[in-house]
Amino acid sequence: MQTVLPDYIPIMFFCLLGIGFVGSAFVVSWLLRPKAPSSEKCAPYECGEIVRGTARIQFNIRFYLIALIFVIFDVEILFTIPWAVVFQKMGMQAYLDMVAFIVVLALGLVYAWKKGALEWQ
Amino acid sequence: MTPFLMEMAWLVLKGVMALTFIAVSAMFLIWLERKVSARIQNRVGPMITGFHGALQSVADTVKLLLKENIVPTGADFWVWWLAPFFVAVPAIMVFVCMPFGPSAIVCDLNVGILFMCSVTSVSVLGIFMAGWGSSNKYSLLGGMRSAAQIISYEVPLLLSILVVVMEAGTLSMQGIVHAQEAGWFFLKPNLLVAFIIYIISATAEVNRVPFDIPEAESELVAGYHTEYSGMKFAMFFVAEYTNFFIIAGIAATLFLGGWLGPLAPSPVWFLLKAYGIIFFLMWVRWTLPRLRMDQMMSFAWKGLTPVALLNVLVTGWLLVIKG
Repeated sequence: MQTVLPDYIPIMFFCLLGIGFVGSAFVVSWLLRPKAPSSEKCAPYECGEIVRGTARIQFNIRFYLIALIFVIFDVEILFTIPWAVVFQKMGMQAYLDMVAFIVVLALGLVYAWKKGALEWQ
Repeated sequence: MTPFLMEMAWLVLKGVMALTFIAVSAMFLIWLERKVSARIQNRVGPMITGFHGALQSVADTVKLLLKENIVPTGADFWVWWLAPFFVAVPAIMVFVCMPFGPSAIVCDLNVGILFMCSVTSVSVLGIFMAGWGSSNKYSLLGGMRSAAQIISYEVPLLLSILVVVMEAGTLSMQGIVHAQEAGWFFLKPNLLVAFIIYIISATAEVNRVPFDIPEAESELVAGYHTEYSGMKFAMFFVAEYTNFFIIAGIAATLFLGGWLGPLAPSPVWFLLKAYGIIFFLMWVRWTLPRLRMDQMMSFAWKGLTPVALLNVLVTGWLLVIKG
């Protein structure tokens, strides 16, 4: 059936559809719901205690390390996907190239592992 | 011009159908989860609203629609307000290339599975925005943990999908289904390994037990959506259960032959396989205890990722010596 429309039209349409769905749910609820805010009601939830300090706390450096390792692996997988589609037509040479690539990456993982970047206290 | 308008009308119709399916499926899954958990814990679950509580989700939706909207003091308003969009809109966009049947697909993109993976990753942003914007310590911790968990399990998840792409030689969802006409993928040993890795990482991707640290009720209240009420909370919930259906649908398409099957019409087979996986994951949720944060992270990086990398190399070797 899809012959005339370019592929990105359905994607854009579904994006707008999603925004419309969430937006209209918000609008309907805005029309129906009671509006009676008070300072106690709007205080951030802390198990009923009076809020102490700010929520913008310093968090563990581990989260940054995990994010860095993730970016490396994610980019690597993005490189590998086009190869995965065509490597059967290209034979042994393409396979060995990718083995070298993945081995280098695996060495990186071993390095991060030995350095303790994957430990989580 | 006329064929263009025809196709636009057809697209709008498909969009409405997809949206209806998403809403009904999310409500059904919430009801099913309550019933399954009740049966496993020797209770009966919701029984009053409709036949065996079948209308309970509808009643809950109406209730949430009428609930007051509470903006926490000190919240980063726009970040807080936009977070439900960033979580729910990607879940709807994925349905562009979810193959329900040979022709029951909105648009069979030639980069189908890559598109699905990239769009679902956007929801991490929404989760972190919710955690950061709420000005609540539980939300922030839940959001941080959730983001760390989702990106960690993204790596083995993508590597297991990579194995399927190598086997099928295409990224198109329909192409992957057609590649399985000779035999469903999970029957091959290397793809069975990929299937197991996929199921484990996908469970972590949607923050379900045993990987529900971000929402660990006993320590973080409700994680990143602690401060959301009414319709905004409902959007997180709908997105959660839609993502649940999406991972099951992708698993059914990539490993269990998608809509392929004898006798019954193809959408029936697809839904049967997807809901079979969903039932299995619900069963797991109400059976296993929760993992600890450090155990969970080391399992992703030291357990699943090396195995998945090795699986890519072995699959490549098998395919190269075969052809």
